[in-house]
Amino acid sequence: MEFKGKSLKDRDFKEKNILYTDWHVKAHYAWDCGVALSKFFEGLKEGKLYGRSCPECGRVVIPPRMFCELCFKPTDKWVLLKDEGRINTFSVSYVNTDASRREKPNVPAVIEIEGASEGMGILHLVAHPEKIEWENLEEVLSMIKIGTKVKAVWKPSNEREGAITDIKYFVPVKEE
Amino acid sequence: MNERVAIIGVGYTQLRPVSSDVSFREMIYEAAVRAYEDAGIEPRDVDTFVAISEDYHEGTAIFDEYVPDQLGAVLKPVHTITQDGLTALASCVMQIKTGLFNIAVLEGHSKASNILYPSHIDAFALDPVTVRPLGFNPVFLAGLEMQRFLVETGNTEYHCGLVVAKNRATAIKNPIAAYPAEISIEDVLSSNPVSFPLKELDIARKADGAFVIVLAKESVAKRLSPYPVYVEGVGWLQDTPNIEMRDLVSSLYLTGAANMAYREAGIRNPIREIDFAEIDDTFSYKELQHIEFLGIARPGESGEMLEEGYFDIDGEFPVNPSGGNIGCGYMYDSSSLRGVYEAVLQLRGFAAERQIPDVETALIASWRGIPTASGGVVILSNRE
Amino acid sequence: MHFPQKVAVLGAGLTKFMRRAQETPKELAFEAAKMALDEAGLTIDDIDAVVLVTAPDAFDGVHMNGEYLADGAGGSKKPYMRSFVGGGSGVFGIINGWYHIASGHFRTCLVVAEEKMSSSMPHPQGTFNAIYDQFTERPLGVNLLWIFSLEMNRYMSVHKVPLETIALVAKKNKKNGLDHPCTQAGIAGDYTVEEIVNSEIMCWPVTRLMVSTVSDGAGALVLASEDFAKKVTDKPIWIEGVGWCLDTSYWTNRDLYYPKYVEYAARMAYDMAGIKDPRKEIHVVEPYDPFAYKELHHLEGLLLADKGEAPKLLEKGFWDRDTETGIPSSPSGGLLGVGNPIAAAGLMKVAEIFWQVKGTAGKRQAKREVKRGLAQAWGDLMQVGTVVILGK
Ligand SMILES: [Zn+2]
Repeated sequence: MEFKGKSLKDRDFKEKNILYTDWHVKAHYAWDCGVALSKFFEGLKEGKLYGRSCPECGRVVIPPRMFCELCFKPTDKWVLLKDEGRINTFSVSYVNTDASRREKPNVPAVIEIEGASEGMGILHLVAHPEKIEWENLEEVLSMIKIGTKVKAVWKPSNEREGAITDIKYFVPVKEE
Repeated sequence: MNERVAIIGVGYTQLRPVSSDVSFREMIYEAAVRAYEDAGIEPRDVDTFVAISEDYHEGTAIFDEYVPDQLGAVLKPVHTITQDGLTALASCVMQIKTGLFNIAVLEGHSKASNILYPSHIDAFALDPVTVRPLGFNPVFLAGLEMQRFLVETGNTEYHCGLVVAKNRATAIKNPIAAYPAEISIEDVLSSNPVSFPLKELDIARKADGAFVIVLAKESVAKRLSPYPVYVEGVGWLQDTPNIEMRDLVSSLYLTGAANMAYREAGIRNPIREIDFAEIDDTFSYKELQHIEFLGIARPGESGEMLEEGYFDIDGEFPVNPSGGNIGCGYMYDSSSLRGVYEAVLQLRGFAAERQIPDVETALIASWRGIPTASGGVVILSNRE
Repeated sequence: MHFPQKVAVLGAGLTKFMRRAQETPKELAFEAAKMALDEAGLTIDDIDAVVLVTAPDAFDGVHMNGEYLADGAGGSKKPYMRSFVGGGSGVFGIINGWYHIASGHFRTCLVVAEEKMSSSMPHPQGTFNAIYDQFTERPLGVNLLWIFSLEMNRYMSVHKVPLETIALVAKKNKKNGLDHPCTQAGIAGDYTVEEIVNSEIMCWPVTRLMVSTVSDGAGALVLASEDFAKKVTDKPIWIEGVGWCLDTSYWTNRDLYYPKYVEYAARMAYDMAGIKDPRKEIHVVEPYDPFAYKELHHLEGLLLADKGEAPKLLEKGFWDRDTETGIPSSPSGGLLGVGNPIAAAGLMKVAEIFWQVKGTAGKRQAKREVKRGLAQAWGDLMQVGTVVILGK
C-alpha cells in the first residue's frame, strides 16, 4: 500500500517555494434574537437574569427558550432568577480566542444559576474577587472548585447594551 | 422493504423578506408543530431526523449543532445533509427503505435576511484558485448561462420576462408567498441590467421561512394519514463543479436526476404521465432551461409553449402553481421544500383557490444555485 | 435485523496526515479515493453513488465545500451526497453510504472524507469559535479548548480520576502512532507520563500533549451490496451495525461527565449487529480521541467499561494493543498518535477497523483474534455520537 501526500514546511511559504492565493471572506451576519433571547437581553440591560418555565415538566431553563425541547410544548412563564449560582465545571485557559498564548489565564466556567432547575448552567467567565485578573493556575485552584458559589459582577447600567457581556464576569463569594 | 414511502405531514411558516421577530429556533418550531399536527404524531414517534443547512448561510460553523431542540429531536438519530431539500428527502426515503425506521422528519429553513453580504458568500463558493481571484460578483455566471441558453435554444428575453410575470401573479393566490405581484413583461425587460442579459427582476428575491416534512413507510402512513402522498421516485446528480467544463446550455444535473427518478417511478413520457411541476426558477431562464432538460418540452420549445399558456396554473401542464422561487421567495437549499409543500397540498386537494383539478402525479425539481451544477428530482403521487 | 441488502466494505484508502499538505483539498480527496478503489479492485465506473464528508467549510475556505470537492471525490456526473455532523462526520459518512446500499437504491458507494485545516489562517481556531452560540456564548471571547477542558474537568472530578491516568491515553496512542504509515511528522513518540502532564498548559486540565493536532488529510472507503461484493471477493468484511444520536444544543444544561449520545448510538448499533455483551463481542475498538480524556469518556459511553472504570482498566493495560484479555483501543494511534484532519480522522478509524478485521494491519495488528471491531466518532457541541461495527 502506498500512502500519498507531500508535507510542506513553514520555510516553503517564506521562501515562496510554493504558490498560494489569499482571501478574506466578508462573512457578516445580523442574527435575529427572537422572542426568548430578546427578553433575556432586555433583562440583562436591567441587571436581571430571566429564565423560562415549562408547564409540562416544570423545569425552569436558562438560557430561556419559548418551547421546551424535551416536552415539545410552549414554555409559559418568565421566572426572575438570582444573579448567582454554583460552578458546575471550570477551566483555566492560557489560550486566547485567536489561539495566541495568554500570559495570565482566564477562567471560563459553566455556572448553574440559582433559581433555575438543577443542572441549568450558562457559560461565563469567573474572575478573581479583588484583583479581577488571575495570577496563575495555582491561584485559581486555591480559590475555585466545582461547587463554588459565585455572583455576577455587572457593567454599570449606562454601559449595558443588552448582551451577555453586560455581566462582566462572576466572582467567587463566601458561603454564609 | 418493498413498501413505498409516503409524506404524511407538512408544516410551514409564512415566507417573508425579513423575520426579525423570531429566532431561527422559534421559526423552525412553528413549522415543526404544524407538521406534527398535520401528521397526527408527536416528535417522540419519529425515528430519524434530517436537516439541511450550509454553514455560511447560517453564520455558524457546524450548524448541525443547533438542529435538534426545535424539532423535538433531542437524543435521537439526527443528521444534516448539506445539499438541497430534495437530496435530503432522498436521504429520508433511503433511511426508511432500509427497514430500520418507520417515520422520518425533514427540516429546511432560511434566514437569508441575516446574511449581510450575500454576494460575498456566493463568491466564497467559487474555486479559490482559478475563479474567485477574478473578483466578479458570481451572479455573472447566471448571465453567462442565460446568454448561452437563449442563443442556442432560440428562447428569448421576452419569454424570461413572461416566466417572471406568470410566477409573480400566480403567487397572489398563495397565502404564504413573499413576493406576489401583478407585473408586466415590460417591467421585467426594463428593470436594471445585472449581468447581460440578466436583469434585476429575472432574479428571485430571498425570503426567510421554514418547512418541516414528515415521511413514513406505506403501512404506517395508511394508518396515520387519511391522505398520504407517495414518493414514487427520487433522483439527484452532481455535474462537474468546474464551471469552465460545463455545458451551459443544458442543465445536465437535472436530466440525470430526472432519469433516475423517472426510472424508479416507471415514467416514460413525463409530459403525459405527470400532471404539474414545481421547478427551480431562481433565475427566470432557469425555469425554461429546467423544463426543457427535464424532458417536459423539447429544447427551444418551452418559450413558445409558455406564450400559449401551456405552463399557466390553468394550462395543460402547470409549472410552479405556488408562484415558484420568484413569487414565493428564494430560500437557498430549502426552496425545493416549498415545492414539496405545494405539491402535497395540490395532491391532497387542499390548495384552495389555486387548486389544479384532478391531479395525481407531481414533479419537483431543484437546483442548488450559483455556482453549482447539482440538483434533485422527486416524483410524488396520491395513487393508492 | 434483515435489510434489503447487507453492506460490505471492499477497500480503504488514506493519504498521509500532514500539518500542511501541498495537495489541494480536491487532490487529497482524489488520492484517498483512488487508493480505496485500488484495494477494492474497482474503477470509478463501478461506483453508483458517492458520499462526501468534510467538517466546517471554513477550514478549506470554500463555501458549499461539498460542491467544490465533488470531482476530486469522484462525484462528477454521479448521485453525490454530503452529510455533516461536525467531528462525527468521518464515521457518519460510512453510515450515510451504508443506507445508500442497505436501502436497495445502489450497488456500490464510494465514501470520501477530506479535511485541509491548514488553509485557514492564521489558525483554524477562529473557525471553531463560530461553533458556539452566537447570542449567549461567542461574545465572551471563547476558544475551542474551553468546551473540552470544561468537560474534562467535570469527568475527572465526578470520577476522581488523576491527571496522570488520563495522560496514559496520550502515552499509549502516541506510541501506537509510531507504527502508522500516515502519521503526521512530530506527533507520535514514546513519551513519559511526566512529559505529558508537564507539557505546556493549554486550558487546564488540558496540556499540549493531551490534545490532537491540526492536520491535512483524506480517507476513503468503498462499500458494496452483498450481491456485488460476492462477485469480487470471497472474504468480504461486513458493516454489521450502525448508530448515531444527537443531544441538545444547550450543552450547558447537561451533565458533561457522561456522553449519553454515544451510549444511545452504540445501543442502536449493537441491536442491529445482534450484540448482547459488547465487552465480549467487540474485539478491537477505535474510539474518538481528539483529547486524551475523550477516549475514556467514549469507552464508557460505548458500554465497554462501567462509568468511571475506563481509567482503571487503562492503568491495567486492558486497552493496550498487545492485550490478550482486554480490548485493544486505538491501535492505529488515533487522533493523538496519527493526526486529526477532522472528518478524515474519523474515517481513518473505520479504515483501521477494516484492516484489523481483515488481518492486514501489519505492525499495528492486535495480538488477540479480531473477528469484529467498532469505530466511533464524536462531534458538535459535546453532542453527537456516530458508531460503525465491522465484522467478518
Ligand atoms: Zn418541559
